[in-house]
Amino acid sequence: MLQAMVREFTDAEIRPVAAQIDEEEKIPDGLIKKIGELGLLGTSFPEKYGGGGFGGVGYCLAQEEITRACNSTAAFIGAHQSIGANAIYIGGSEELKMKYLPALCAGEKIAAFALTEAEAGSDAFNLKTEAKLTNGKWILNGEKIWITNAGIADLFSVFARTDKGITGFVVEKDFGGISIGPKEKKMGIKGSVTNTISFDNVEVPEENIIGREGRGFIVAMKTLEAGRLGIGAASLGAAKEMLELSAKYAAQRKQFNQFISNFQAIQFMLAEMSTNIYAMESILYRAAEKYDNGEDISTDAAIVKLFCSEAVTKVTDHALQIHGGMGFSRELPLERYYRDARILRIFEGTTEIQKMIIGKKAVKQKGKWKV
Amino acid sequence: MKIVVCVSHVPDTATKIVVGSDNKTIDANGVTYVLNPYDEIAVEEALKTKEAQGGDVVVVSVGPDNNKESIRKALAMGADSGVLLKDDNYRDSVGVAKALAEEIKAQDAQIVFFGKQSVDYDNSIVGQLTAEMLGYNCVSVAVDLKLDGEKITAEREIEGGREVIETSLPAVITCQKGLNEPRYAALKGIMAAKRKTIEEKDAAVSENSVEILEMKKPAPKEPGKIVGTDSSAVPELVRLLKEEAKVI
Repeated sequence: MLQAMVREFTDAEIRPVAAQIDEEEKIPDGLIKKIGELGLLGTSFPEKYGGGGFGGVGYCLAQEEITRACNSTAAFIGAHQSIGANAIYIGGSEELKMKYLPALCAGEKIAAFALTEAEAGSDAFNLKTEAKLTNGKWILNGEKIWITNAGIADLFSVFARTDKGITGFVVEKDFGGISIGPKEKKMGIKGSVTNTISFDNVEVPEENIIGREGRGFIVAMKTLEAGRLGIGAASLGAAKEMLELSAKYAAQRKQFNQFISNFQAIQFMLAEMSTNIYAMESILYRAAEKYDNGEDISTDAAIVKLFCSEAVTKVTDHALQIHGGMGFSRELPLERYYRDARILRIFEGTTEIQKMIIGKKAVKQKGKWKV
Repeated sequence: MKIVVCVSHVPDTATKIVVGSDNKTIDANGVTYVLNPYDEIAVEEALKTKEAQGGDVVVVSVGPDNNKESIRKALAMGADSGVLLKDDNYRDSVGVAKALAEEIKAQDAQIVFFGKQSVDYDNSIVGQLTAEMLGYNCVSVAVDLKLDGEKITAEREIEGGREVIETSLPAVITCQKGLNEPRYAALKGIMAAKRKTIEEKDAAVSENSVEILEMKKPAPKEPGKIVGTDSSAVPELVRLLKEEAKVI
């Protein structure tokens, strides 16, 4: 029923404005409000925190449906829910969760996840933002870049260096001393805003620490694992849409006096797209179920992120090729999916970082296959 | 106030319908069933009535076990409880209305909402029949509804216009597109619906007064005729439109 509802909502409310979101580089405020009211900003979280109670599997189903129409909207929801708010859910104390999650689930407040810095992208451990405890307040200084949702967020899960190592904090926009940079000009997912954030002596209440001091890096990594499943779901949704559009187009486009769907050249591309979708769907929901069972998914999530994001870029490429010149035209949405797909191999850990995670595990286990 | 909304579980309008091998039913294989679209409007109106006046919204459906999916959808939208009047066989409009009327009487509902028709059999009559059996007032094809205490002011869609009527509770309202914009089932509603109860009982037995003899698809459309591709074809085209098609 969740999937059917999200599909109905997406078709009626998101699909008609997807091109506009891309062109105007903005998700309409009214749409964000509706998404919040429906509960799609807290799908995975338990009901006691105001969430939908649908876990990782439910979250992935919803993201898949939304990405069928608009990757920008899915990226906004993902940055808010699966990393921004999820850092609090995964690492925070019960008090911190009760303080922030209900408003985040209801969409009354929007979250962002702030880990990346200029010199700490893939090498996140090298981050320089600092927090010092002075008179019962954490004083935060530093700068974060490439922060999805920063321009529209009310609060941030920020990772900073303290005496005991990397530590996470919930920082509200109104704490003072926070400035948000201009919107980045991007190739794709243009409707999702990305900005820099700088912290200039921001005073953060002591109790806004996420978990224990010095444990922030683990929280950040665990959070990103969940985020990577979301990337898998976004990849899968876009790929399914591409297959459907391509098969329909091939069945009505005539060349050499026949429908191009009669040609093996086209059928082979549709076959590769289908095979990728089958594999993506299988590994994604296998990992999502493990996540819901509370199992360690560090390798699973890396595999899902790596495979699905690579696969969707191939699938969108095939789709564009099947559509020929029409696929290149901005009259059809193909080129938007093509541009939007490219980020999936970069954010929340590049393809190369996923390979490092998976490769290290293989070495550690002496090649014995076990996830 | 007790509010009842009657729903049916129908093939999705996007589904390709295939007539079954008995030539009397549709082949359910691969058919997706959904809450009847007009009933979504009825559920919305029931919920709005509850929000304005207070009360309980009970969803009632006659049919097989699968109808629970549509009852569940209405519960997810916000209805309070459901009743499935179990019946695995075809039942005509009179039979459905009889079963519903008995349940509505037992529920002592003051206002009952229906979709103006179900998009499967399209009889557009169950609401009115039920009202008659209960002795309730009836507003069919409602596009606007105002409830003030016992008094109802409603607008009905009629040929070429709208009719404004007044009546009073208890009443049956059959809902037409435009009456409201049905809400989506929010995630909280979907989760809550799992915990709401659907009571099951056998539908009151009655003999069908209508028998389906045969079901068949409309004859395929005849292919169009091309009378020419330039202006010299116009006289012939006009002649055909006048004499054969008789449209001008």
